[in-house]
Amino acid sequence: MSLTGSTRRFSPLVPQENAGQFFSSGHTNNWAVLVCTSRFWFNYRHVANTLSVYRSVKRLGIPDSHIVLMLADDMACNHRNPKPATVFSHKNMELNVYGDDVEVDYRGYEVTVENFLRVLTGRLPPSTPRSKRLLSDDRSNILIYLTGHGGNGFLKFQDSEEISNVELADAFEQMWQKRRYNELLFIIDTCQGASMYERFYSPNLMALASSQVGEDSLSHQPDLAIGVHLMDRYTFYLLEFLEDIHPSSKANMNDLFKVCPKSQCVSTPGHRTDLFLRDPGSALITDFFGSVRKVEITMETINLTEPIHSFR
Amino acid sequence: MGLLSDPNRRRALISLLTRLNAPICVVCYMAGVAWFMGLAFEPFTLRTYMSENAMGSTMVEERFPAGERALGTGREFSAHKKKAGGMPVDWLVKTMQSRGLEVFTQRFSRRLPFPDEDKERYMVKGTNVYGILRAPRAPRTEALVLSAPCSPGDDNNQAVGVLLGLAQYFRNQVFWAKDIIFLVNEHDLIGMQAWLEGYHHTNTTGMDWSPLQGRGGSIQAALSLELSSDVVTSLDLVLEGLNGQLPNLDLANLFYAFCQKIGVLCTTQGKLQRNDWDSVSGYSHAVQTMMLMVMKQASGRPWGDHGLFLRYHIEAATIKGINSFRQYKTDATTIGRLLEGMYRKLNNLLERLHQSYFFYLMPSLSHFVSIGYYMPAFGLLALILLLRALDLWIQLATPPPRTEDGVADAEQMSSPGVLSVLTPLVISHLTGVALYTLPIHFQEIAVEHFPVSETEAVVLTAIAVYTAGLALPHNTHRLLTGRGTENGWKVLKLVAVLYLAVLLGCTALINFSLGFILALTLVPVAAFVTPDVPKALSAFIMVILSPACTLLFSVFLFQELQEMPVSFLDGWMLYLSVISQGILDHALYGSLVYPLVALLVYPCWLLFWNILFWK
Repeated sequence: MSLTGSTRRFSPLVPQENAGQFFSSGHTNNWAVLVCTSRFWFNYRHVANTLSVYRSVKRLGIPDSHIVLMLADDMACNHRNPKPATVFSHKNMELNVYGDDVEVDYRGYEVTVENFLRVLTGRLPPSTPRSKRLLSDDRSNILIYLTGHGGNGFLKFQDSEEISNVELADAFEQMWQKRRYNELLFIIDTCQGASMYERFYSPNLMALASSQVGEDSLSHQPDLAIGVHLMDRYTFYLLEFLEDIHPSSKANMNDLFKVCPKSQCVSTPGHRTDLFLRDPGSALITDFFGSVRKVEITMETINLTEPIHSFR
Repeated sequence: MGLLSDPNRRRALISLLTRLNAPICVVCYMAGVAWFMGLAFEPFTLRTYMSENAMGSTMVEERFPAGERALGTGREFSAHKKKAGGMPVDWLVKTMQSRGLEVFTQRFSRRLPFPDEDKERYMVKGTNVYGILRAPRAPRTEALVLSAPCSPGDDNNQAVGVLLGLAQYFRNQVFWAKDIIFLVNEHDLIGMQAWLEGYHHTNTTGMDWSPLQGRGGSIQAALSLELSSDVVTSLDLVLEGLNGQLPNLDLANLFYAFCQKIGVLCTTQGKLQRNDWDSVSGYSHAVQTMMLMVMKQASGRPWGDHGLFLRYHIEAATIKGINSFRQYKTDATTIGRLLEGMYRKLNNLLERLHQSYFFYLMPSLSHFVSIGYYMPAFGLLALILLLRALDLWIQLATPPPRTEDGVADAEQMSSPGVLSVLTPLVISHLTGVALYTLPIHFQEIAVEHFPVSETEAVVLTAIAVYTAGLALPHNTHRLLTGRGTENGWKVLKLVAVLYLAVLLGCTALINFSLGFILALTLVPVAAFVTPDVPKALSAFIMVILSPACTLLFSVFLFQELQEMPVSFLDGWMLYLSVISQGILDHALYGSLVYPLVALLVYPCWLLFWNILFWK
């Protein structure tokens, strides 16, 4: 199967063939599921992490209707926040990642392992509103970002339950069987994060983690006026990297793997690409982080009387 | 067959036990004392560390600016205090209200059982003034307390000044998640007790107080401030509370962390810690600091206004400013910043402090010894009592060697009557009850007949009853049952040794220092007293090791450790005042040391006195 993406120039062939080529590339829509699993004021940085990724993803084009944002606690309105209604990701209050256009879909105690798995697999009760559903199809590229406190093989939700790497792998397999994704990028920023992608076995998954098994992921910088650590290192450098990406950027996954080397992160970030069927170098950042619509302007009229032959 | 069920092996074990009993006891005693002394040796201690995740590290920015203004407020307070001749209630209410707090007052009065040296009257009346800073956005479910005592004379004016300065600064911040209560209490501990009882709707000590009009939610932590000079050279942390209870170690860790961050010298027991733990003088310094803590904890009295909070499961400590002759001085702004940092961190708490230790000893502010490490020292001493009890049990169980006179044997083999054991027990405990109740009840009669003040009357009555007890019981069993039997004293000693073991064990669990000090002196007495040892020498040693003399020696040792040695006469007067203070603490705050010693330890000691004079 040759999936060429949007790099292929339109060759001067028969327009019908071009049209077939046009509709045969990989994904047609993008989704993002961003989860912060920790509550309490001293876990401010996890909420800031998630909101930073949310900000990048929105900036690159994914609309709120295609983002499922789960935040386990409300830092902006916490009584201890000296700057109410703000969540800062850079010290000296340079960047407020909260604002008035942040749409949180699962808030507070709704962020549970059960809800997360139901969102992924689509097994939600009929009364669930659209904003809380992951309505992806077999041509969706999904970005899943998890952050919080984790350990070897598990991620802690809300200080009361855990999700294990086996459960996560099974959930992705369910998604594959139900054709709920085309390609899936999984990023996790916790201690010993690499253990969470060890058990994946479904095709078309690519995973990144902030630290290997046995290592802790460290936080980046405290802000003395607010009194907490604002961000984790990996996501801080990820955010810096993403700030340079714009919708027509050609940066690919290999650049993403280089984000936050050991000298900056202290832990060793890891990644896993063996289940991904394309070459990572040919997968663009905007394939997952942005919602790039393929637009080709043509002055010619194409007569679509015959069925389009796809190049699969 | 098992070790204990095989009769041959059992006999071998028993003979081993009886032969080696005395040497093992001596070894255990020395091991226990050596273990205790070794606790202060730095490689055996752990460095302190913050256990509570929510408090994290010291990363806050302290910005309190108004130290000088706080000192000015302190001077105003002093002037109004002089004018009012006590607590300037109206001025305090007005000042707190102008700072935006919700201000309330509480009146209290207490009739003392006998007037002590400070108050010199029976009735103590006063007013507490407190202002509540409401958290701007939080529900009123939790609170923190900052208190400063209103002392007569020139003491603690700067503390009240800093308290009011902090109140004004805190009022301008929006990040408070808990209410903060600023309390100025009158008559130190009596006022604090009245306020706490009013806040928690309990009345355990029979005090009269007006109910509190304003409350703030459940108190999570409290700090009491004692500051009597404009500049300080060091800050001292006082942890020991009522009945030897200590606050959670995290509070001490928080204080130490901020002292290091801000660069203030901080001490505990008034002694600055040293770095040369491997030298003899460094080690002895650590031992002195630890011994001071042990003695303060054993006395069972609250050594600061914070001591009364601990009973309500509120972690509290007192911070004292000390001005000694050092070059580097810290001003009020820095002290304000330290307190600001501590309160910001306490503000982040989600639950009560519970992650760190509640039972510990501190040879210095940066090292601690937890209960798992110091309890074996007491365990070794208690082991001696158990070995002795086993030895007596074996002796009682084995039949005596047959003599020609079978009839006399039969008499000896019959177990002694319950009466011969019960009588000394009852009489000792009645003497204990007399020691507990007579001093206070008979003070009027004593004052009529002797030219002494009420306090002296109480103390001297106590000493008189104590000494009379020495003369009383050792005649009883002879009066009642004729000549004492050989087994009679063994049964009594067995009962007494087990009684002492249980008593000391329970005391050590609650107040390790008290249990250990009592064990140090009473266990040798219990182990080696029999009717057969030389009477005069043993009687002398027993009196030296009795609780009253232990207290006398402790008073001298305490003064010596604090580098303020006293002459014998001053020491004796101090000893008398310690006794009266102990009785007063029991009546006013419910301290358990005096009833424990009078009703349980002293009768137990009398039982051994009884055994000494059995024949």
